Amino acid sequence: MSDIAVSAQSITKVFGSLSGGLRALDDVSVDIKTNEFFTLLGPSGCGKTTLLRLIAGFETPTFGSIVLEGVDITTDPPFKRPVNTVFQSYALFPHLTVAQNVGFGLEMLGKTKKEITHAVDEVLALVRMEEMAHRYPSQLSGGQQQRVALARALAPKPSVLLLDEPLSALDLKLRKQMQIELKRMQMETGITFIFVTHDQEEALTMSDRIAVMSAGRIQQIGAPRDIYNAPTNRFVADFIGESNFLPAEVAEVGMVTLANGNKVPAVVPDDLVTGSKVTVSIRPEQVELDPAGEGVLAGTITELVYFGTDMHAHVDLGDGSVLVARVQAEADRSLVKGEQAGVRFASGGLRVVEDGS
Amino acid sequence: MAERVRKAFSIRRLPGFTTVTMICFAALYAPIIVIVLYSFNAGDSVALWEGFSLDWYTVAAQNEQVQDATLRSLLIALWASGIATTLATMAALGTTRTAKFPGSTLIYVLINQPLMVPEIVTAVALLIFFASIKVATGYSGLAYLILAHAAFCVPFAYLPIRARLEGMDRVLEIAAADLYATPWQTFRRVTLPLVAPGIVAGAMLAFVISLDDVIITEFVKSAGQDTLPTYMLGQLRRAVTPEVNAISTALLGLTILLLTAFFILTGRNDKSA
Repeated sequence: MSDIAVSAQSITKVFGSLSGGLRALDDVSVDIKTNEFFTLLGPSGCGKTTLLRLIAGFETPTFGSIVLEGVDITTDPPFKRPVNTVFQSYALFPHLTVAQNVGFGLEMLGKTKKEITHAVDEVLALVRMEEMAHRYPSQLSGGQQQRVALARALAPKPSVLLLDEPLSALDLKLRKQMQIELKRMQMETGITFIFVTHDQEEALTMSDRIAVMSAGRIQQIGAPRDIYNAPTNRFVADFIGESNFLPAEVAEVGMVTLANGNKVPAVVPDDLVTGSKVTVSIRPEQVELDPAGEGVLAGTITELVYFGTDMHAHVDLGDGSVLVARVQAEADRSLVKGEQAGVRFASGGLRVVEDGS
Repeated sequence: MAERVRKAFSIRRLPGFTTVTMICFAALYAPIIVIVLYSFNAGDSVALWEGFSLDWYTVAAQNEQVQDATLRSLLIALWASGIATTLATMAALGTTRTAKFPGSTLIYVLINQPLMVPEIVTAVALLIFFASIKVATGYSGLAYLILAHAAFCVPFAYLPIRARLEGMDRVLEIAAADLYATPWQTFRRVTLPLVAPGIVAGAMLAFVISLDDVIITEFVKSAGQDTLPTYMLGQLRRAVTPEVNAISTALLGLTILLLTAFFILTGRNDKSA
């Protein structure tokens, strides 16, 4: 068996005319590994759902090809692809019971009644919906419908399961619970999951790897930790978690000069020469504030935003830029709004990021 | 909240609303009520009440011409609504399940043409058209009437079916295709069952429309091809008898039955869809 489940090769998708149409995907290439929980993450309109629909076969690419386990399926209709989808709206058949919904795919594949019954029981047990087998979708809650939609897509044991923002209609608590369950199901079934979401937290929680998308292109592909800790460009740094951005200049290997002339250590790509104007990013939790005024930068605390264990302190650096620091709420007493504070950066926190989109 | 609701504009609070409503309903239903009442009249006057009886129903039922006309009406209505519903279903699929194409609005207008063209124009056109076919083929059976009825019944069947198809979530058909259903299987297992109430409703509406058509039937029918409505028209030209009242009442009963079923079906659609 091939190590790559799905390979999208130089995919461009244009809706409408080639010259004036909407370019939803622009030369996108990505390899998704077998048994991987892979997430396409990006804001709405970034092309993530289009890529999913191309893999499912609901659309055909303008250029490029889709290869599934070594077979080119670019022009195959959806019903010939061993790929199933969990739709955002669930799309359960209202005239069929839960069991009939779940058995639909197997029935279309020509399985015997016995095989279907067995598989339906098994997959309903997996999503913990055995009790509901003879109900109709309209008799189920949103969360239950979601489980049935999952069961229906898993029942034919597809090579790849596509999930199009399936949790977006659930309330927060149920969503958290389903995130963990989805991960469990993916482990238990060993099926490759391709998950589409605009929720970065959801992506970080569940994924083996994430592709961050924006404006029809993939900005970065990597494990959640790598994406969070080492964003390659400004978009990724900004979209995943929160980031502060500062102008700087490359000083020497591993050092940048900040606007006030102070040299600080930073992660600098090797191809940048000394003197290059760059943008550096730093996470709020990697910014340390010192009320005594010691630090590489100094500013005035303009805002203290309290939320439970943590607190955000906004520091005006005097040149119009504002730095956000996440500090422990106990530090509340020493930090005072309107007072001066010194700013230090945790080692390894400061990174040069590409300015591109 | 209650305060605001009371202040909101309501047409029911306009002066004279109740009176106007009553007058409208009286104008609509009083004549029908008179016909229904006099169909149970014992005497043979249509204006003088002489006591209750079912005599006129018996007379009508035993009249061979009425029997023939009734059977012919039902036969034509069944065939015509069947043909019209089949065509309308295909037309509805063609206009809702294909990519938007230039001229699709024109197609919509063309399908609904019988609703807009004056019926008398269609009747004359069909008369002339069928006359030349009759000369050419020598055939003068019921097929002309069936085809003529089918033609003007299409939009009545088309509109509820189209409404149902448009109300149906396209993602269901996409989901079926995703679950290995071929286009034909998708149609048979998902589209058709979900559209079925619309199709049945359309068929019933077409049936009722065919059943009471006079103008086109009068023009297209050959000698001895009276339907119930044209037979009644013929009778009224000679003499007004309570027999016609009895037939009207029976026809009214059948129509009410079918239309009630139609509204129950379309009403249920709204809840399930």
